[in-house]
Parts: sequence; C-alpha cells; structure tokens
Amino acid sequence: MNRFAQLLDRLAYESSRNSKLRMLADYFRTTPDPERGYALAAMTGALSFTHAKPAIIRALIAERTDPVLFAMSYDYVGDLSETVALLWPAPQTERRNVAPPSLGDVVHGLQQVGKAQLPQLLASWLDDLDETGRWALLKLITGGLRIGVSARLAKTAVASLGDHDPNEIEEVWHGLSPPFLELFAWVEGRQERPSANNPAPFRTPMLAHAWDEADFDKLDPADFSAEWKWDGIRVQAVAGTDEEGRRVARLYSRTGEDISKSFPDLMEMLCEAHFGDVSIDGELLVVIEGAVQPFGTLQQRLNRKSVTQKLVAQYPAHIRAYDVLSENGEDLRELPFADRRARLESLVARLAHPRLDLSPEIPFSDWPALAQARRDPASAGAAAAADAIEGVMLKRRDSVYVPGRPKGLWFKWKRDPFNVDAVLMYAQRGHGRRSSFYSDFTFGVWKGSELVPVGKAYFGFTDAELKELDRYIRNHTRNRFGPVRELDFSMDQGLVLEIAFEGLSRSTRHKSGVAMRFPRIARIRWDKPAREADQIEVLETWLDVGLRQSAPNAT
Amino acid sequence: MPVSRGKTSCFTGWAARPRANWPALTYLSGQMALSDLLTLTPPGLYCPAADVHIDPVRPVPRALITHGHSDHARAGHGRVLATAQTMAIMALRYGAQFCESQQAVAYGERVTLNGIEVSFHPAGHVLGSAQIRLQGPSGCVVVSGDYKRAYDPTCAPFELVRCDAFVTEATFGLPVFRHPDAAGEVAKLLRSCALFPERAHLVGAYSLGKAQRVMKLLRLSGWDKPIWIHGALEKITHFYQSEGIDLGDIRKVSAADRATLAGEIIICPPGQLADLWSRKFPDPVTAFASGWMRVRARARQRGIELPLVISDHVDWDDLCATISETGASEIWVTHGAEEAIVHWCQTRGLDARPLHILGYGDDEVEALAEGAP
Ligand SMILES: [Zn+2]
Ligand SMILES: [Zn+2]
Repeated sequence: MNRFAQLLDRLAYESSRNSKLRMLADYFRTTPDPERGYALAAMTGALSFTHAKPAIIRALIAERTDPVLFAMSYDYVGDLSETVALLWPAPQTERRNVAPPSLGDVVHGLQQVGKAQLPQLLASWLDDLDETGRWALLKLITGGLRIGVSARLAKTAVASLGDHDPNEIEEVWHGLSPPFLELFAWVEGRQERPSANNPAPFRTPMLAHAWDEADFDKLDPADFSAEWKWDGIRVQAVAGTDEEGRRVARLYSRTGEDISKSFPDLMEMLCEAHFGDVSIDGELLVVIEGAVQPFGTLQQRLNRKSVTQKLVAQYPAHIRAYDVLSENGEDLRELPFADRRARLESLVARLAHPRLDLSPEIPFSDWPALAQARRDPASAGAAAAADAIEGVMLKRRDSVYVPGRPKGLWFKWKRDPFNVDAVLMYAQRGHGRRSSFYSDFTFGVWKGSELVPVGKAYFGFTDAELKELDRYIRNHTRNRFGPVRELDFSMDQGLVLEIAFEGLSRSTRHKSGVAMRFPRIARIRWDKPAREADQIEVLETWLDVGLRQSAPNAT
Repeated sequence: MPVSRGKTSCFTGWAARPRANWPALTYLSGQMALSDLLTLTPPGLYCPAADVHIDPVRPVPRALITHGHSDHARAGHGRVLATAQTMAIMALRYGAQFCESQQAVAYGERVTLNGIEVSFHPAGHVLGSAQIRLQGPSGCVVVSGDYKRAYDPTCAPFELVRCDAFVTEATFGLPVFRHPDAAGEVAKLLRSCALFPERAHLVGAYSLGKAQRVMKLLRLSGWDKPIWIHGALEKITHFYQSEGIDLGDIRKVSAADRATLAGEIIICPPGQLADLWSRKFPDPVTAFASGWMRVRARARQRGIELPLVISDHVDWDDLCATISETGASEIWVTHGAEEAIVHWCQTRGLDARPLHILGYGDDEVEALAEGAP
C-alpha cells in the first residue's frame, strides 16, 4: 500500500501524460502480483466496496487528537483525508509487530469487515502506514481518489510492458477481473492472450456477516439452513469450453486470484467432459481417506512454485461444495438458496467424483440446538472432522446469491478464538477519553526464563477494570521511557492477562517470531502467578498446525 | 577585543544605556522579574539589563545574532556578537563592513554584559546557528532562533539548554507537520533520476543551509556525479566546504551548460524554479526541498512536481518535546502558527504567549529577490 501510495502521490503532481505513463509502467513492472492488479483495478474503477463515511474518520481522529488542534490543522490543510493522514499520531513503532497492509490486504479487508469492526480495522491500518500511505488509504475508502489518471492511461501503461497496443487490452478487458493475473502474464509474454470470452470467469462471491448473539431473538430458525464453516480456503471452481472446443478450468480464491497452477489434480477433475459448463462455490480442503486435514496440511499445497506428483499424492486436494452459481450456460444466482441447494445436490451426485463432495447441512430445530452443534461439532454429526470446523454458517433459505456482503442473508458464527495466558510487560497512555489512563498494553510469554513480547491490546476490559489496571501499573513500574512504563515482571512477580486473539502469523519484526491478529484482553488473572503464564512453544505449535497467515478465508 | 575561550569574560564595549521608554512585557513578570532579562521592542527582542537586542529587524547599537538567515541577521548594526561562522556568513552576504564592530563567540563560551551572562549554544538549524542563553539574577531565558533536532551532517547538533523561559520559533507549529526522515526524501529524488534519466532534476533549496544539506545528503545516499549549483549558491557553498564539510564535486552552472544537463541534479534558490532560467534545462523535473512540501496544496500552488519534505526547522513533535525538555514554565512563540503551540502549552499548564515580530520571515521559502544572481 505504501508503494501504491507513493505512485499516487507522484502522479498527483505530474502534469505530463508521457511522464505519468512512465511512472505507471515503472510501477507495474516492479510491483508483484496480485498487488499491481489491485492497483490497476483501483485506477480503472474496477474495485467496488462500500465506502467509509467521513464521519467514521472524524470519529477516529477525534479519539486521538485535541479538537482545537484538529480544527486549526483542518483549517490549514483544507482536506479531511490529508489532515487526518498527517495528524494521525505515530504508534510506538518499536513495539509494532505487523507489516503495513498491502493494497490487496485493504481490498480483502474491506470486503470482509463488518460495519462495527470497520473503525478498528481502519485504525490499525492507519497505525501501520506512513503519511502518504494513510492519505492514499483514506482517499481510496472515502471514494475521493482523483489522481488524474484515466482508465485508458492505466491500460496503456500495462500494454507498454510488452509493446502491445492498448486496444488489444480493451479487447480482452471484459473477460478479466482483479487482480488481472492473466493480463499481466500475457503482456509479459508468459502466457497466451486471455480470451475475450472467458469460458471460466470468476464471479464475485457472496460473503457472510458475523452472527451477533442478539440476532437470536429476531430471527426464526425455520428460515435458515445451517452448515459447517470449514477451515480451508473458500474457492470458486469453474469449468467451461472455449471457442476451439478445448476444456478450460480455473480455481479462484475468494478474491479472484487464479490459484489453478497449484492444483493440477483439481484441474484434471474439472476438465473432465462430464463436468460441462459449471461454477461451484466451495471450500478447498485436503482430504485423506475421507478425513479433512487441518489447515496446516492444506498450506503445504499453497503458493508452491512447482507441484510434484508426490505432493499431490501426499496431500490430495478436495472441494467441498457450498453452492452452484451456473450450470451449462444457466446463471443460477437469481434462484433462492433452497433451490440452488437442490440443484447442487443433484449436480454433485451426477458428477460423482471422489474429489468433490457436498457440504452437509446441520439439522437443528431451534437456536440452542445450533449453539450446541457449534460448541461441539462432533456431537452434531461432524465426527472426526470436528477439528477442521471453524464454526457454523447460516444462510437464509430464500437468499439469492448476491455478490459482496449483503445484509441479513448469510451469517457466520465462529467458534471461540484462541486464548493464551501472558504477562503484562509495558503500558502506555491511551487516547482521548482514556488519555489519563494506561490503557495500551504490551504483553509477553515465556521463552525459557525470559519474557518475550507477543502483542499489544487496547480492548476487552471494562472501565472499572481499566481503573484497576491503571492503579496496578502505577504501583508496579520499573522504568519509564517517555510515555511508556516498563513494569516489574519476573518469574515471581507480574500480572497475568488472558489474551484472546483471532489468528497468528510468523513475524521477523518481532523478537518472539510471532504476531497476533486482533488480540484483546479476555480476562485479568489477578490470581495467577507470572511463572504459570504460557510458554512461547504453545504459540509455535499453533503456528505449526497452520493458523493462517492473515485469515484470508474468514468468510 | 578578544575573548578567551572557555572562560567567563566581561565584554566592556557594552556601556549601560538609559532605558528607552518601550512598553515592557509583563509576561515574564512575577516574583522572578524576568522582564529585566527580555522584553519586546519595535526592533525585536531586547534584554534591558544587558542593553542588547537579539536578531533585531532594524539597525540597533548592539545586537546578538542567532544565525545568518537574512531575517535574523541584518546589516547596519553597531556592534554584533555572534558565532564566528554566523559572522563569516554575514560578511559574505553584506560585505565585510556589515557592522561597526564584531566579536565572535564560541559555542558554550560565557560572556558577561552588564552583569548578564550570555552564551551561544548549537541550534542545529544551519552552520553557525545558535540559541542564545541569557542568565541574570532573576533567572534564565533561552532564545532559540531557528532550530531543528533532526539529523543534519552540515552543522553542530542542537543542544538542549534548560531555562525558566524559552523563546521558541514555530515555523511548523501545527501537528500536521511531521517531517519524515530526510534520507527517504532524497531517495525519492534519486528514484526519479533513475526513472527519468533524460531529464534534468532541478531542486529548489534555500541558499544558506538547506542547499548544502541536500548536497551532503545526496553524497551520503551514494550520488557521486557532480552536483550543479546556481551561481547564487556559490559563495555560501564554498564557505561550507572551507569549514571542512565535504560536498564532493560541486560545479556552477553556466548559461551554456544548461541544455546539456540531462540526468543531472541542479540545486538552485527556490525562486529560480519558476524563472525563465530553469526552462533552458532538458525537460526539467522541478523539486523543492522544504517542510512546507508536507501539505499538498502548498506544493501544487508552486507548481512543484517533486515535493521533498526536508526542513531545517523543528517539526511539531520535536517542538513539543523541546518545550517540555527545557523545563521552562514560560514560553514565547515567534514566527509561525503560534496559536496552535500556544494552545498546546496551555493544555499542559505552561504560560505561553505568541510574539508577533514583524519582519521575521519564512526561510523555508526564500524571497524571489534574494535568489536572483
Ligand atoms: Zn527564522
Ligand atoms: Zn533561519
């Protein structure tokens, strides 16, 4: 994102068409897929997500700055996005443990985030980006991105990567979608020209909102169908036939990334003639002798440069079908879910392929029964597959297939996140209403007899708890570095916090080697001695079983 | 009369003078009676006890000068006390006779003027720049002049001086001004040179300080081709070199050279960017090194194609930090967005007042006239 922002920044000051073209071409030449494809999408208007209202941005900055200083700054700068980008307080950089978001991260994040979580997500991006990156992000999400580059100019720059005429790009443009991998592969001479009539197009998938337990009262269980939320990768498997009668198959990730190359076994299946012209929405899994393998096993098959026979045999790929979007030229997305489900059941039965099966429905009569199934999938028929289940999905039986994340139709109700007991190491004053309290907490786990920081939390405690924590911090400070207090911690002394988090990834920027996603304080363990906090090995095992890098599949 | 280094000396050339009937400021009043140390008069800041002005904007009998920028260092004073480098810069700009008599003071050296101890401390702004500290029986005042705390290999780094009252500049006194690492901005320039090797890159930079800092940063970033300069930069740049600052191969642009400088970096006074002079270069990319480049509208207003956020002044964060670190309880704010920093001080219980001194300019944007050859 910072790189894309630098490009936009430079373009904004350049008036010569020729120079703009050079900057664009340089960017496309030196930026990897899929990032450059999303940039192309942003510049050609091919990206669509709900825009954040300026009110959200104003609220975020109001929590962090003095209103008088904000008003003076806004008055001087004259542009809200730019003012906020410049004014945004720098986080404690030495304690940050995440890389700045890529444009792809932003696009995916905005597609999957619910309204309630948007401000927090936005704030974490703003923390991680530099001034130019923040400006570009805010312009992008408020729909105010005007960079003086026409879609035509952007396409011309892409064409220049391989001495193509820009009209050749226009001819194939409509068969393409972000992040335009086929297009770049073609102009760079790595692949044939994409067909204008894409026989295996990507269709923007339908995504679910997080289930709010308050929804129970409002919704009738009879209106919903439930199924497991599998811990694999949401994919779209598409098969078709091109003008010359050749079979064409594609496997797309949820964001439209073409991941076909990594799955020759599935391509072979989809190319079988009796699959016809079909588009299936499902979960990519590794299934060995009927047993779904944990996500870490599936990771063995992802992002591989070369896919060996051995790898395919060892980790056989599988599609568990959720939905059918088209069949033999018929677009089924306008049908209600119940009808599509019936079509899907007969389709899967007709295709009768060992690498393809149906995502089973969970029978339930009322909400408590479903809650029980979610808590204990094994008891609700999931049996041995229980470990590969992330939660349950709820779909309105009458829901048509709407691209994006429509309201009120589909819900995901995840199992509880991961928990770890950590020791409070550093505290820093908060912002706004909390500016007089120590409310930003860095915590660590044991690595042998030493504590290593693994994350930072700002959320998850009540105001009363905040006061208690604040008092504890003031009474147990060992050192002060500017606004940061280092606390007394050792095997025999220290406060244990139970931290809940959504995921874990490897981090080279962090001494512990791991970084948590969305950590929050689940409980303050006043009772627990510091020496009984968790060891880093606990987190490392979770990494090894393959908590995903950045939860790319959180539907 | 020479002053020996490191020793307190009394500068007897400064006879006591009857106090003029200027309205004394009450800001520094109270039990400390700091108003004896510093007050504001029409020519600028004035120390009644020592009978001396600091950076006066019109000729006065006796002046202490913080640094060589033209809004702070003017010609025509009687006696001038400044660092040797500032004195040399004034002589370069105004000729050797820029004042009646002068005395150079080393950083840290203490000079007593009518019982007031005066000392100069590095301000990190440009070569020779100093903060001026006045210590009297009632307390201690520091006048910052212009200053910065960011890395600058062409001058002595800022030295924090604790005091009771701090007179600070606030050129960039709004929280939107956070200057990035200057090396990153220079990298931006070098990337552009690589992308457009057939174009000349013209960098507007204030002729004293900024221009030489950009040259040095280019060298530190590995640019080893000659750096071309506009004639108006020549004297000051040679002075920097004579002070032991290695700037590599610096060449003055002649009229004939201009059309041949594709792929080269040329540094000139900002005023030249919009001048006919710049149009003779091959398809020039116009860059401007200034803290103001942080704000897009300001860069666009000047038609800049490559804004480089490089400033010789403190940014907001450093300004706030410095105010806190001096320990001063009274803050006077000169040139810039005074209201914002005054507000900030007040939210922290500091007594702060804006000081509207007419004639203090904005050395990030040099006057057109001065840039002319
Ligand atoms: Zn100044
Ligand atoms: Zn200055």
